[in-house]
Amino acid sequence: MMIRQETVSYLRFLRRSLHVATDGGWLFYAWMLVLTAVALVGANAWAVQVRDGMIRTNMTDHVSWGLYIANFTFCVGLAAGGVMMVIPAYLYHDHDMHEVVIVGEVLAIAAIIMSTLSVVVDLGRPDRFWHLIPGIGKFNWPMSMLTWDIIVLNGYLLINLHVVGYLLYTRFRGAEPNPKWYVPFVLLSIVWAISIHTVTAFLYCGLGGRPFWNTALLAPRFLASAFVSGPAFILLVLRVVRVGTELPMSPGPARLLVQIIRVAAVVNLLMLVSELFTLFYAGGAHLASARYLFFGDHGKYGLVTWIWTAIGLNVVGTILFFTPAALERGWTRVAACAMVIVGIWIEKGMGLIIPGFIPSTLHEVVEYAPSLTEWKVTAGIWALGLLLLTAMLKVTVAVFTNKLSALAEIPPVSSSS
Amino acid sequence: MSESRKFSLPILGEVDRRTAVKAGAATLGLAAWAAAIRPWFEWTAELNPDEVLQKHYRELTPEQLQVILNKLTDEARKQSGKPAVVKDHKPIPGVSFAYALNLSICIGCRKCAEACHVENNHDRPSHQSYIRVFEMQKGGIDFEKGNANYDHPVPAKDKYYMPVQCQQCENPPCVKACPIEATWQESDGIVVVDYNWCIGCRYCEAACPYHARRFNWEKPQIPANEINPNQSYLSNRVRPQGVMEKCTFCLHRTREGKLPACLEACPTGARVFGNVLDPDSEIRWVLENKRVFVLKEELGTKPRFYYFFDK
Repeated sequence: MMIRQETVSYLRFLRRSLHVATDGGWLFYAWMLVLTAVALVGANAWAVQVRDGMIRTNMTDHVSWGLYIANFTFCVGLAAGGVMMVIPAYLYHDHDMHEVVIVGEVLAIAAIIMSTLSVVVDLGRPDRFWHLIPGIGKFNWPMSMLTWDIIVLNGYLLINLHVVGYLLYTRFRGAEPNPKWYVPFVLLSIVWAISIHTVTAFLYCGLGGRPFWNTALLAPRFLASAFVSGPAFILLVLRVVRVGTELPMSPGPARLLVQIIRVAAVVNLLMLVSELFTLFYAGGAHLASARYLFFGDHGKYGLVTWIWTAIGLNVVGTILFFTPAALERGWTRVAACAMVIVGIWIEKGMGLIIPGFIPSTLHEVVEYAPSLTEWKVTAGIWALGLLLLTAMLKVTVAVFTNKLSALAEIPPVSSSS
Repeated sequence: MSESRKFSLPILGEVDRRTAVKAGAATLGLAAWAAAIRPWFEWTAELNPDEVLQKHYRELTPEQLQVILNKLTDEARKQSGKPAVVKDHKPIPGVSFAYALNLSICIGCRKCAEACHVENNHDRPSHQSYIRVFEMQKGGIDFEKGNANYDHPVPAKDKYYMPVQCQQCENPPCVKACPIEATWQESDGIVVVDYNWCIGCRYCEAACPYHARRFNWEKPQIPANEINPNQSYLSNRVRPQGVMEKCTFCLHRTREGKLPACLEACPTGARVFGNVLDPDSEIRWVLENKRVFVLKEELGTKPRFYYFFDK
């Protein structure tokens, strides 16, 4: 009898959440419509790619991973960086952070889904996806680092789904969350967040035949940049939530995030300098990719603009974060966030995955620039991720402002977004 | 907002305007999705359910494998219009293959690459081959000074030529990388791919230090009359779209006691192939008497493909 009631109540929570997530003002509808349209374009491009083959991309046997895996790498970092809200809240008992920590976890869910999709669209045979499922497929664990990545990414998704779902549902019921049911998972998610980006770095740095990736500094660099891009993205989300909803928000958490970014951004740049020094001073075979990336090689300059744009954005963004204005709400902070997000997206993708293949293992310089199909599919993945993020944030805000609550039977529908 | 207008719809009964609009939008949205992913269904319509659910090569019973071979043979006959056969060549016990190449006499004519192209039913438009021949600068073994796209009479002055194909490593990074064991090393040392199991993630291609792996970016195109009818499940049968492939030391020939196609095509006799476990084999003599070397020895991959100079 009790269980039945619980089930009914949970189903009602889901139904009302769906209602809240698809309801808003004209700005909200316009936003969702645009995202849906972009997602549709992406889905169509992917379907064509599956039918006609990966020939629709600009990848080759020389550059066999491209924009998809580049975007995957960034999205994993975004998911890992989301946890930077959790550490101060739960390890240092910062109570202001408790209120907004769920935003970081919601972002992590959306980012993990985006990274998983980025890998799925990179598969030549998505129909054989089931070969990856342990038990019915043939899971090459613990040998293949890719199997480790599948485990940690899915585990991270489940942990965050549980924490977010539990906190929202108990709040919906008007009950006090029982720490026993979520604090251990929150603590686990901290360790797990570090593991997802570390294992993703191991995918690349474990390959002895790719000198550009084969560096022990790769995983620490991934983490440092994730702890910039993740909090920067959360800052932007918090701003949208503050401006667009009635959720009260104190300025403390955002300031703390800026402090985190300051440290991580400097560490990230420091490690970049360290890497570049080692490469360029020692010279030799390890240098070939870096030389092509930063200065071009054999008369080919395909990545030079990308990487200098990234360095420019990262350096200026970091400087902006160190200005006093970054601690206050305002456009300086927004600009700094946007700069480091784009900068790190390039650095972790076009500036890291692609030069791993150029020159090839036999030193052939074959260039790569993403095809229209690849851009469409990647944009579609981002649109879908933002769609999910928006819907989850709508529900979160509604629950935290008590608009979505089992105690208030008829949800007062707000027309503002 | 408080006075939400009520509509009366069949089946659903009374609904407010907002819900009706939402339902309409959802219907439109679903229709748009169906239209967007239609190419996906054009693709799934061509898929064979048996093939989609097929087990890993090494888990098939002999009967199941025979059924698959029969089906592949039928397809190969239809495709080529010839009495083609797709066999399954198992490794021969007591055989461990190795390959050696004499760089002093290789003239860079690329006959080996061409023979591979024909023998292994490679895609014609991309002129695919498992062998790439590099024109190297005398005075070192530096691929940075090498060039695989040379286009002039050979051999050129102050150059030597280095054909590179799968090194059939004893410690293969590609096998380690594969998340689903779609590629593995057989007892005679040949690394193979189950084309019906590979998901096409291309992690193996990133892992290979020798640029030995190839991906089927689209369905290979070969004119029917050019299809080699002597095919094998793990080697030269026409590959499906979206999977990896690689040099198999022509296992459909070498496991029948023949020599690889690239060796037979070589006009200078630069290539030596055989069973290293046979003390009287030519390959054994080369390994024992020539100062052979392997590519990228420092990576610890232990290639089975050796190079040597005569003079």
